[in-house]
Order: sequence, then C-alpha cells, then structure tokens
Amino acid sequence: MFGFYADRQAATSVKAEALEAMLPFFRENFGNAQSLHSIGQKASEALEKAREQVASLLDSQPEEIIFVASGSEANNLAIKGLALANQAKGKHLVISAIEHVSILKSVKFLEKLGFRSTIVPVDEYGRVHPDRVAEAITSETVLVSVMMANNEVGTIQPIAEISRVCKEKGVLFHSDGVAAVGNIPVNVKTSGVDALSLAADQFGGPKGAAALYVKKGVKLTPLIDGGNQEGSRRGGTENVPAIVGLGVAAQLSAQEMKERNQKLVVLRDKLIQGLLARIDEVILTGHPVERLPYHASFCIKFVEGESMLLSLDLKGIQVASGSACTSKSLRASHVLLAMGIDQATAQGSLVISLLDEAKEEEVDYFLDNFPPIVQRLRQMSPLYTKHLQEKKDVYR
Amino acid sequence: MYTDKVMDHFLNPRNVGTIPDADGIGEVGNPVCGDMMTFYIKVKDGRLIDIKFQTFGCGAAIAVSSMVSEMAKGKTLEEAMKITNELVAQELGGLPKNKMHCSNLGADALHKAIENYKKKQEEQSKSSLGDDEEESKKEGRTWSHCPYCDAPLPENVMLCSRCQIRLIRCEHCGELVREDEETCSHCGAALH
Repeated sequence: MFGFYADRQAATSVKAEALEAMLPFFRENFGNAQSLHSIGQKASEALEKAREQVASLLDSQPEEIIFVASGSEANNLAIKGLALANQAKGKHLVISAIEHVSILKSVKFLEKLGFRSTIVPVDEYGRVHPDRVAEAITSETVLVSVMMANNEVGTIQPIAEISRVCKEKGVLFHSDGVAAVGNIPVNVKTSGVDALSLAADQFGGPKGAAALYVKKGVKLTPLIDGGNQEGSRRGGTENVPAIVGLGVAAQLSAQEMKERNQKLVVLRDKLIQGLLARIDEVILTGHPVERLPYHASFCIKFVEGESMLLSLDLKGIQVASGSACTSKSLRASHVLLAMGIDQATAQGSLVISLLDEAKEEEVDYFLDNFPPIVQRLRQMSPLYTKHLQEKKDVYR
Repeated sequence: MYTDKVMDHFLNPRNVGTIPDADGIGEVGNPVCGDMMTFYIKVKDGRLIDIKFQTFGCGAAIAVSSMVSEMAKGKTLEEAMKITNELVAQELGGLPKNKMHCSNLGADALHKAIENYKKKQEEQSKSSLGDDEEESKKEGRTWSHCPYCDAPLPENVMLCSRCQIRLIRCEHCGELVREDEETCSHCGAALH
C-alpha cells in the first residue's frame, strides 16, 4: 500500500548519517565520557564535538549547551532551574496560553513552592503579542517563557520582539524551541533569548537526546544532582550515542535547511489550499503565513479527531490530532481553546506535519483519500445532521 | 489499540442513520467530552423492530453504538433494558480502559430512547406503565480506573495506589479527575 507518514511533530526518522555516526558508540567506543582512560576519552571527544555542532546551529558558544534526554526535560530544567536560581529577584513567572504541557506543569509545580504566574493570551492565529507580555511583567517577575513555534498549530512567534520587551524590563527570557530548532533558522544572538530548548527527534536525530541552551552568566539550578557532567548542571552518565546523533543531525539540518524549506513550503501550501477547496466547514488553525514550513493544521467541523486518524491510518496515512504528548487525554487541546475555537470544533483537530522526504504524489494521495473519509464520518454525525437542518431552516 | 471486532464495527457500522417517525429518541454525551450519540427506535408489540443511530466521536464510540444497535434489534424492551455498557464492551472483545466511561455510552443512549418511548406511551394513555425505572438504575460501577495510570480503583477511593495522584469527582459530569487540575478533563467544567 502507498504510505504517507506526516506526523513529524511526534517523531522524525533518524538520518542515515546520524545513525552511522552513532553506531560505534554502542560497542567499540562504549566508554563513559567521564572516564580518564583512552576509551572514555573517545566518548568525551565525541560529546564535545556534538556540543560544537549544536552550538554552531544556534550561533552560541559550546559551553552554553547542556545535553538532556528530551524536550520536556529541557523545558523542566529551564523553567524550574532558572526560576529557582534567580528567585531572589521575585517569584512571578509569565508564560503564554499555548505552551507545551511540560512548561505548564513545571509552572504548576513552582506554584506549590510559592511562585505565582500570569498566562498571556494569544490571538485567533495563536500569536502572542509582545505588548501583552510587557503588560504581564511586574517588578517581581523573574522569568518569561514563550515557545518559538507551536507544534499543534504551526504558528511562529515574534520571539525577537518579545525578547526585546524582556531585556527592557530586565527579565530572563526562555523559549521552547523544540518544534523550531533544526527546522527554521534560529539564532540565539539575533533572537536574544537567555535560554532555549531543542530536541533531536524533531530534525532527524534520535529520541533521547535534547539540549538546553543557557546564555553564559545566567544562573541555573540543576534538577538532577550528581557528578560533574554538563558542567555540574545535569548529573547522570551521558547518552553518548544519542548525543552524537543529535550533533550530526544538527549539522545536516543547517546545511539542508534552505533548500528543504523551499520545497516543503510549496507542498504545505498545496496541502492547505487543496484541503480547503475540497472540504467545506473546515478552518485552518494557526497563522496563515507565519507558520512552520512543514506544518498544516485544521479543524474539520462535525467530526472527531481519532475517527479521522483511524480511517487515514488504514489508507497508510499517519497524521495527528494534536500534540502526541496529550493524544490519550481525550480532552480538547488547550492551544485550540486558547485561540477561541469552541470545544466541539476543537475535537476535529487534524495536524499534518511533513517529513523532509515528503513528495508531491503523497500530498495528492492524501487529498484524494481524505474527503471521502470526512464525508463518511459526517453522515454518521448527529452534529452534522443538526447543522444541515439549521442551514435548511435559514433558507426556508 | 482496538480489537478486530471494534475496527469492523467502526469501519462498517450497522444501522447508521435516523428514523424520521421514530417512536423514541435518546441522546447522551456532549461535544465537550468528544462523544455524542443519538439513538432512534421503532417499537411494535413491545419489541424493537428498528434501531438507527448517529454518533460523533472516536472509533470506540462509533463501534459501541453499532454493537448496541445490533445486540438490541428484535429484542423486547425488557431484554434491551438489560443490555449494559459492560456487556457491549465484552461483546466487542474489550475496549481500552480510558475509553470505558467516555465512549462506552451506547447502552445508555438506547435506554434513554426506550424511556422516551415509554414516556410518550404514558402521556398518550394517561396511565402509568411500569416499574422499569429501577431496572435502568441497577447498572452500577463498583470499580473504576485511575485516569492517569489506568490502575484499577475501588469505589470511593480517591488516591491512586500506583501513581499516588489524588483524585476528585467532577460535580458536573461525575468523572474522576486529578485534584490539582482547574478544569475537568472530561467535560471542561471548573472544578474548584
């Protein structure tokens, strides 16, 4: 059967070059990077090379990169680590309404320790306005966190402007860049962030390797106490093979980014326009222009997400109905609700995120196979029957 | 995730549609939970001679609706009232635990349609018909599952022994939810 995997925001396949670079570190060079002998030193050298590769992708210094195990861990370390280390300034946090659950729950955790938070709203496109951030900052505010691009609706935030607001007010600024880094150009100097999260599995690296950039001189409390790994900011034996894969994927993504994105934007726009033309009562979620090149997301009214996913999967098409992290929670996405989308419509969320290898015939295959699925599910839907009835009543 | 039988009923649902001159109509769920079912019945000589349904919801919700309609068609009203949500899940070869309460509402929708029919009959004949109300309330929950780790929870236990999460019951929809949440994860109602 023809296949089309378009759930990049959940996982990418590991690039061949990244996998090849990783393999020797499972058996021949299996050493612990902290060991002083030659086998250990090989691991240590590989780790530092990967640090340089990631630093080069972000235009940072290598020592500003802390390797961790997942995007969620990077976000936990950023929120808790920065807030706890700098709480002498105050105990107030500012985040946006569409942050990843790892940010939302880290803030909840800190609230139990006496911190307070302000959640900044987003507009109908999921954009955070720098003015709203400025209004939310008080003299007690220690940290602002706004994600760089949203995984559910694809919207890219005006990070440099938000960063400027934070600078003016003298507040630390973290951005969750998991959906953005490796996929769109991200530069820590021009964006002005104090901390930035990224994860390898979003751009052709393996799962289990991620990083937090923390600007030199910014204080951070470690969450995992242990040895001297990662400059004593994150204890625990380093996952050398995965980190090597992260480094190679970072280097490749920088080399291929421009050409790849030119291709992906064309496919994305074909997908968006094609779907809106073929199915009625659909809304494009997220910003029409300021969005990730690989990302198309919609709410299909009167049908529920999982029933669409199951039907598409049987046609060899793998997509998502929101964030992979909350796919089993059964509730409507907090991101869509924050954008003012009603509960019933939010249940019909569909997220298509293209891999680098996406082809035009795959997009065509999707556009041919999806409308009959929606039609079948709508014919079963009491909400659609009601909608048709109301429409009839209006014309009467 | 789903058994072959669930997938069969999801892909080839039996008895989908509406009955314009239905003798009884039953509706359960709301779009906030993500599942909504409407059942239509035709009754003759105390038997369900036709059943049709429409469902907005996940694969499990659609399969459950289809299964209930198949199980109840041709049965007497009394027999149909004895079909429980648990029996429907069993007949489907089981459902994922997190779907047991939200999506497994087919029997409830059918019972509501039957009650709606009986009420109409009562109104027509102006005489009381029956003592079936007790029957419909019999189906009780003795065990539920932690909505976070799926560990079984005895009734009225509000602390999950496996993941140590403290739970409360949503006053609006009655589902178990995490105590420290602000809104119910099932119906969206404010919790505190």
